[in-house]
Order: sequence, then structure tokens, then C-alpha cells
Amino acid sequence: MSYARALRCRKCGQEYPVQPINLCDFCLSPLEVSYDYKAMARGLSREKLAGGPLSMWRYRDMLPVEGKEVDIGTGLTPLVKADNLGHELGLDRLYIKNDCLNPTYSFKDRPVSVAVTKAREFGFDAVACASTGNLAASVAAHATKANMKAYVFVPSGIEPGKLVGAAIYNPFLMTVDGSYDDVNRLCAALAQKYNWGFININLRPYYAEGSKTLGYEVVEQLGWRAPDCVVAPAASGLLFTRIWKGLDELSMLGIIEPVNTHMYVSQAAGSSPIVSAFQAGALHVHPVEPNTIAKSIAIGNPADGYYALRIARQSGGGACAVTDEEIIDGVKLLAQTEGIFAEAAGGVVISSLKKLAASGAVKRDEVTVAFITGAGPRTQETMADIVKPFTVQPTLESVEEVLGAPD
Amino acid sequence: MAKKQVMFTFPEEMIREPIIYNLSHQFKVVSNIRRADISEAKGWVVLELEGEEQEIERGIAWVTAKGVRVDPVIGDIVEG
Repeated sequence: MSYARALRCRKCGQEYPVQPINLCDFCLSPLEVSYDYKAMARGLSREKLAGGPLSMWRYRDMLPVEGKEVDIGTGLTPLVKADNLGHELGLDRLYIKNDCLNPTYSFKDRPVSVAVTKAREFGFDAVACASTGNLAASVAAHATKANMKAYVFVPSGIEPGKLVGAAIYNPFLMTVDGSYDDVNRLCAALAQKYNWGFININLRPYYAEGSKTLGYEVVEQLGWRAPDCVVAPAASGLLFTRIWKGLDELSMLGIIEPVNTHMYVSQAAGSSPIVSAFQAGALHVHPVEPNTIAKSIAIGNPADGYYALRIARQSGGGACAVTDEEIIDGVKLLAQTEGIFAEAAGGVVISSLKKLAASGAVKRDEVTVAFITGAGPRTQETMADIVKPFTVQPTLESVEEVLGAPD
Repeated sequence: MAKKQVMFTFPEEMIREPIIYNLSHQFKVVSNIRRADISEAKGWVVLELEGEEQEIERGIAWVTAKGVRVDPVIGDIVEG
């Protein structure tokens, strides 16, 4: 029995029963899960949470699920004290939340685990998504675990290598001969016609909730305190808003002190509608045509952009965009200081953090958490030019010639 | 009859054109505005279009050809 009591419109407040829908009938705004926080608070404590399973499901009481969870071993990923990187950036209390270490190598396992659990509860026998990589892999993997069918739609032109991570779980994998916009339109039509659990359409309110566990975990791993600063990437903006919601809920439930975390949103300059809106002082996010190597966060029309923008502002945080060159530098810097190989979105975060630290926005003594949300090996083609090995003969002399004369 | 929820984003040069009026005038499509934000520089409108499916598609193609961006109301569906 969960504490979820309704779906609530984020704009007009209209409420709906818990069901597979995502839009308010009245104002066509997104719906989110509303909880009975009073009852939730009575049943929760630090000790109870800490005694739960060693996965994201230790926070089950704060998620909108009723039945047995579809779990492939997601969550409780390392929060690493990043002293080497901190030294480079002038930050004494820097941590990396390494969410590359989920079963399908990205944070997507968190929201998808909740969404597929709900899909099974609602009686769907199939789940679907449109993705260029990380989401596709996670949906296909969870569908396998839940003995459900998975339909995965991919824009044409995606490198086959990127799809291996999804294809290995044997979903119905369809490449769509058209642009990203064509795939968007197709999937909107499919969601209306077929009785599928569409992960980021009719299951989106539940999908969104899974990402809160990133916020919960960081708080627990920091010894039950919220960070002073968070730097996280934004594509649709959903992850960014849910990290904040996770922190806010723990405070509201009396688990931690009031939260005063500054939330910094980072995007690739080639796809930065949220950052542009922040910098322009705009109230709304206007769509753009993405053009960046950070494909996993190349979303031109972010569904939660408005809310991400609001949180960055209201938390006293900020927004930062970095070029493709800076993204590659960021990936290298993280790998060569902390031994963590992130995908390009991680480079966005690290290079943004570098700028924020240099400008004084993020201060030396602040507890700062940078969120690394996907692993590098899936998109290693962006890093191909770093492979420059020395060629040696199988002799000591040849190796020593490269090394320089030993002492 | 079909219904389709969409978001129109207007570039600056289109702000003063009665696009939504003309859409309903030229095509058998009823437009029902639910949310909007228009300034002198930019604007967006979230609306529901109702009519025969083909007529809605023809209408959307016409709006797009005029230079207005048309998106699903839920934002991009394709994710990374």
C-alpha cells in the first residue's frame, strides 16, 4: 500500500485518480503524483530507511507503487569524495554521484523501474518508449525482467553501436525513417491508438518519481544532510526537478533540516533551451533544434523545462552551458582525476562545474554534488581521438626508449 | 472526429498574424485554446484541435509551412 493518493495537475491543481494518464484534461499541463505526506511522515524514520534493501527500493514508501517492484538491482550507487577533481577546480568538499553504475549504465534505471512496476500494476502487457540509447536499454531490460513486451522506437541515423545496449534484451526495436520530430509525432499517435504503457507518455507521472531516489540517496550518503550545491544535467528537465523534489520531500517529512541547496542546471550549448531562458530572464522555455555531441541530453523541447527553470531560480542556483569542446574536456578531466568514465552528459556537468567554481558561484567550502548520469563506454566514439598508443618492439630496449633512460 | 493536443510556438514575425483564426477558417478544424503566453517578441499557445484526422493534419501542415513550430503538447518524446 503506497501513500500516493491522486494525480495532480502541476498548473491548475485539478486532481485525477491514480491511472495511466499524464495530462490535465482542462489545461493540458503535466500531472504529477500527489501523496498523503502526513501519513507518510508517521511511518518513516532515518533508521527505517537505512534498514531497507541495498537498492533504490529502500525508499519504496516514498514511491507510488503498490505491487511487487520490477527491480534489476538499481540504485545505491557510489557517492565518491572527489579530492583530485576538487583540487583542480578549487573545491574542498566536492562529491561525484556516480550513477553510471546502474544495471544498464545510466540513471534511467531508476525512473524506468518505477514506470514498469506501475505498467504491470495497471495490467499492461507491453511497454514502449522512444529513445536514442539509455532509455531504450533500460526499458528493454526491465521489460525482460517483468516478462513484458517492449517496443522501442529510434530515429533513423543512430549509430548501430548505440543500439546494442537495447537490442541485447530482445525488444521490438524499430528505427523510424524520419527526423526526431517525426518520431515524436509517431509516438504521440501510437500512444493514443495502442494499449501500451508508454514510459514517457501515459506512465510519465510515475516514471518521474523514480528519479527522486537520486536525491534521497545523496542525502543519506552525506549523513542525512542536503548538499549546499547540486550540479546536474538537463534534457527534458525531469531529472533536475526530481532531484530537488527528493531533497524537498525529505525536509518536509522531517527526516532532514530545511533544505537550502542551490540547484545548478547544466546543458550543452548546442541544446540549451533551459539555460538560454534562465540567462534571458524568461519565464518560459522556447524550443530549439539540438546540435551537440551530448546526444543523451539533446532535447530541443523539454517537457519539464519550465519547472527546471523555476527550481534553478527559486533555489538561488543558476544555469550553465558548455561547448562540445568543453564537453570532451570535461569527460577527460573526470576520467583523469577520479577514474570515472562518463558519457558526454557527464562532461557537460564537469565543465559547467568548472565554470561555476571559477566564477565563484560554487564556493570552495560548499558541499557540492555533481551528478554523473550515464557511462562513457556506450558513446566512446566521441573520444576516439584520445587513443594514441606508443608502438614498441617486444624488447626492454624498445620500451625504455619510449620511457626515457631509467635511473 | 479526432482530437489532437499541440503546442504552437510563434517566431517574432508571426506574432501579429491571426494564424489560429485562419486555421479554423481555412480548414474544418475547431481550435480550443487551453494555455498561452504571448509577448511582442515570442509566443506559444497550447491548444486542442478537433476535426477529421486528415483535416487536422492538413491544418498542421499549413501552420508549419507558415513558419510556426508545432510540437506535441507533452514536449519531446524521444529521450536519450
